[in-house]
Amino acid sequence: MEMINFDHISASPLLPEVKQAMIDIINGEYGNPSSQHKIGEKAFVAIDNARTSLAELINCRDSKEIVFTSGGTESINHAIKGVAFANAEKGKHIVTSNIEHNAVVRSLRRLKTMGYEVTSLSVDESGKVNPEDVVKAITNETILVSIMHSNNEIGTIQNIKEIAQITKEKKIIFHTDAVDSVGIVPIDVQELGVDLLSFASNTFYGPTGVGGLYIRKACRIFPLLDGGMQENNKRAGAENLIGIVGMGVAAEIAKRDMDKRLVHLKSLKNKFINDIPKYIDEYYINGNVENSLPNLVSISIKYIEGESVVLMLDDENFAVSTRSACASGSLRTSHVLLSIGRDSADAQGTLVITFGINNTEAQVTKFLESLKIVVKSLRDISPLYKGK
Amino acid sequence: MYSKTVMDHFRNPRNVGTIDNANGIGEVGNPLCGDMMTLYIKVNDDNLIEDVKFQTFGCGSAIAVSSMLTELAKGKTLDEAKKITNKDVAKALEGLPKNKLHCSNLGADALQKAIKDYEEKKSGKVKTDSRNIEPPIAESHDEHKHDDQCHCSYCDSDLPDGATFCKACHSDILAKLENNA
Ligand SMILES: [Zn+2]
Ligand SMILES: [Zn+2]
Repeated sequence: MEMINFDHISASPLLPEVKQAMIDIINGEYGNPSSQHKIGEKAFVAIDNARTSLAELINCRDSKEIVFTSGGTESINHAIKGVAFANAEKGKHIVTSNIEHNAVVRSLRRLKTMGYEVTSLSVDESGKVNPEDVVKAITNETILVSIMHSNNEIGTIQNIKEIAQITKEKKIIFHTDAVDSVGIVPIDVQELGVDLLSFASNTFYGPTGVGGLYIRKACRIFPLLDGGMQENNKRAGAENLIGIVGMGVAAEIAKRDMDKRLVHLKSLKNKFINDIPKYIDEYYINGNVENSLPNLVSISIKYIEGESVVLMLDDENFAVSTRSACASGSLRTSHVLLSIGRDSADAQGTLVITFGINNTEAQVTKFLESLKIVVKSLRDISPLYKGK
Repeated sequence: MYSKTVMDHFRNPRNVGTIDNANGIGEVGNPLCGDMMTLYIKVNDDNLIEDVKFQTFGCGSAIAVSSMLTELAKGKTLDEAKKITNKDVAKALEGLPKNKLHCSNLGADALQKAIKDYEEKKSGKVKTDSRNIEPPIAESHDEHKHDDQCHCSYCDSDLPDGATFCKACHSDILAKLENNA
């Protein structure tokens, strides 16, 4: 039986065109773009083309504003630490939110041990940051605001444009972690008005291990990696040629097919949310109803634990993610779910379902049928469940 | 990541449910830490665990541990059952992943609590109809309260290979393991 993948946020499959482009690069003359000869020249052109594709996807003014990295985590570390280090004499205060990805949370925790101060803003029950709270949090010492574009556990999309207007007025650098947004929903860095924006290739069917950071011209930032002069002196180290070429093709297709994909993903999500009451009861759909990722459903199912659900669904050939503490490795309740008001028990039963372009409505129905059986059998052995 | 035996007990848990005339009940864990288990035992006049059933809220590991524990405990005398440790359960399951240590501790703990409950009831310490279980939240671990510096399996930082647990949790788990050894 073939697996049905509803876990695209963990890894999305490579598009055939992406695969082919990567194979072509491997089979061709594989060079270093910094070399002075024709082999290097070819690699340089390939990377330059990919940079243009990414610049077009997020509408940069200049493709030089894109720095290629090893993925979302590096981009975020670069943005946060790079700005903190480059602006330390100006101030050491940073504003963020309570629902950021661990790459943000832990980068900031590291900075705290180095004397930086962090104000972390709470969110409402839909996961939204109130832009007025950003205004209140800013001090004369504030050098950076980092608020994610969309959340990877609940899907909520923030009002980034409004927050960027605040930081612009106060001349504070603004970074947004858009790892789960770029390539899925339209992103226009000029319209958003952000200074820094992180993204990752695998979100939009490119290879893992490659991503990028948009750095607006004149934004004061240090490199995270020191060494050679690559990436306009913003990221040292020979470029990941194969990965970057793959990401470039994935970006082109994401831009070309975005509207079509959005319609498809939204229809799957709507079907899921509309149909689920017919299959199970006592659950929460997490996140903002009006503004959230079109490919993500976050659901907290009461009285059961998420890892058990994932394992049982795996037996039925469905792949999904959970935010349960037991499955997290850290054995800690998700800070995102606690921030939107879920209690520990309900957070334990949280599934993150992420649809992809190849999923169908028939698969959603099949999934819900299996989910119903799984939920019932786990509730039957749960000491928390008194229903029946 | 789980052994075949773990997956077998997870997929087909043995002795699920409650016992109406149970004379010992043990409840351990709380959702804050991930897993919760309630164990029911029926001890007969010969001090034999005649029947045992469980209900568990938890991950694959917690369910498999609960199921295996009931198999180990069933038919044992109280003296034999008192010797069952978390390690025994993990061994019978052909091992558990390292990061599941926490989840696997509830099995034998629940059994010991249930036996204690039985003995206390028998000696007249408590009324037979009361479950006399401390509310699960009372067990809430201190490790969830300490600061950013903590490096333990319950806290936000990952536990490096071979490292010991942080002070607060260290005693909790390693001591427990040592007692069981
Ligand atoms: Zn567990
Ligand atoms: Zn600790």
